[in-house]
Amino acid sequence: MGRISLASVTKRFETGDYAVTALDDVNLAVQDKEIVTLVGASGCGKSTLLNLIAGFETPTLGQILVDGQPIKGPGPDRGVVFQQTALFPWLSVEDNIAFGLLLRANQGKGDRRQVVERMLQRTGLSSFRERRPAELSGGMRQRAAIASVLAINPSTLLMDEPFGALDSLTRTIMQDFLLEIWEEQRKTVVLVTHDIDEAIYLADKTVVMTAHPGRICEVIDVNLPRPRRYEMRSEAPFIALRDHVTKIVRTEALKGAPLSTVN
Amino acid sequence: MLKQTTSAEAQLSPVAKPRDPWRRASILLQYAIFPVAVLLLWQICSEIGFVRRNVFPPPSSVLAIWYDLVTGATDAAARYSGTWFDHAWASTWRVFAGFAWGVALGIFLGLLIGLSRAMERVLDPTIQVLRNIPVTAWVPLSLVFFGIGNAPAVFLIGLGAFFPAAINTTHGVRQINITLYKAARMMGANERELLWRVILPAALPSILTGVRLAMGIAWVLVVVAEILAVRSGLGYLLNDAYLFYRNDVVIAAMFSIGLLGFLSDRLVILVRDILLTWNERETFGGEN
Repeated sequence: MGRISLASVTKRFETGDYAVTALDDVNLAVQDKEIVTLVGASGCGKSTLLNLIAGFETPTLGQILVDGQPIKGPGPDRGVVFQQTALFPWLSVEDNIAFGLLLRANQGKGDRRQVVERMLQRTGLSSFRERRPAELSGGMRQRAAIASVLAINPSTLLMDEPFGALDSLTRTIMQDFLLEIWEEQRKTVVLVTHDIDEAIYLADKTVVMTAHPGRICEVIDVNLPRPRRYEMRSEAPFIALRDHVTKIVRTEALKGAPLSTVN
Repeated sequence: MLKQTTSAEAQLSPVAKPRDPWRRASILLQYAIFPVAVLLLWQICSEIGFVRRNVFPPPSSVLAIWYDLVTGATDAAARYSGTWFDHAWASTWRVFAGFAWGVALGIFLGLLIGLSRAMERVLDPTIQVLRNIPVTAWVPLSLVFFGIGNAPAVFLIGLGAFFPAAINTTHGVRQINITLYKAARMMGANERELLWRVILPAALPSILTGVRLAMGIAWVLVVVAEILAVRSGLGYLLNDAYLFYRNDVVIAAMFSIGLLGFLSDRLVILVRDILLTWNERETFGGEN
């Protein structure tokens, strides 16, 4: 059993006359301080899985335990980084980072300022502290969002396509930034992506999912040495893993889609 | 206002404002040209006898009447001489009294409906039906209930202010970005913190749009109410002068209402600009 364990988790959504099975009998264990990436074609339920662990949704069947306890809704022990950056547009960068800390009565003001200061420094946003989110670039915005989640010091980071809205150059920079943070803080990370390179580059373990209904197809151990370097992407072990994952994802995507629409 | 930074990521310097006097004169001219042209045309029509002066008095005599209405110095407005402040004050406080209760109730119920689907089912159909009854149609009943006086005026104005405030508040709550709501819950916000730190600030632009519309409607209804239900205020002045065939006073009263309505709107905009420094990004804004 890991820090996060899912046992026979099924999630059905019922909308009017339809019932969609988003996840079907999913079993998964995430170990402490491990980076697990979930990858698969769109509609495979990977975001649903993350929402279940975050506590925004409850499973129709099965059980999810975090640190041996069943989940009772969302909580600051599981920090979520969303694809659409969750920054409050009316707050400055530093007030956004302080937001989660303000909600905790036990945090003194001195501590709070210290944490915010550290997060601003760590994310290189010190000189942008008074800016509103709309005044930042996409990459800076996502760094601010990550800082605001790290500020509440969650033991688990749940990331839902966190770099999906960024251009490919910024995305690779943000991936290295995330790994740097992870090397320092060693949090448990569950990250959803549709970018296979990203899924492998970041992961200790990559979970490949299939659609309709969402199932785990294969769990791949990524035994690339850490710390990871950008150059590894063009080396043989990485390429072998990428080819393997690509093959599964493509095969599964083709099963679901009529051939004429895929070249 | 952007602060100068020496970061490696961005160099920002204060934007230089154009100090060119020709540019400023041209902008001033753009503001002045249309109203001046309208007033001139109106004055000329009167001078050449195109319209009769007692039917449609020229701006020069309206201005003279207005001066006497305000100061009582020339007695040009006869029985209305020097009464302007009393009437203006009567209208203004009615507007603000009605506006206050209408907007307060509107925001409160709008929040309830926006936050809860159950409250929507309970309240919204009634509001949607009542909304389609013109507020002027409430005049007879409000006179029967409240009699002649301030009460029906304040009631009608509040009723008119209520609907835009309620509907825009509901809309503002419903269109809040779900990601922000989820993020706040994830960070441990309780119901009260969600309301004060997320829902209200996020809905504020829409709420203030409703408040601004409410203020406009309040000035419409104060005139209706003063024509029908009270014996003071600019609406009363306008109607009374009409009965005595003093069209110069009528027009001066009209412009007075326009001016006070304009100032009230500016006040709402001022409050909005103080509260919403963040809501002006990424809009077209017009070519310069």
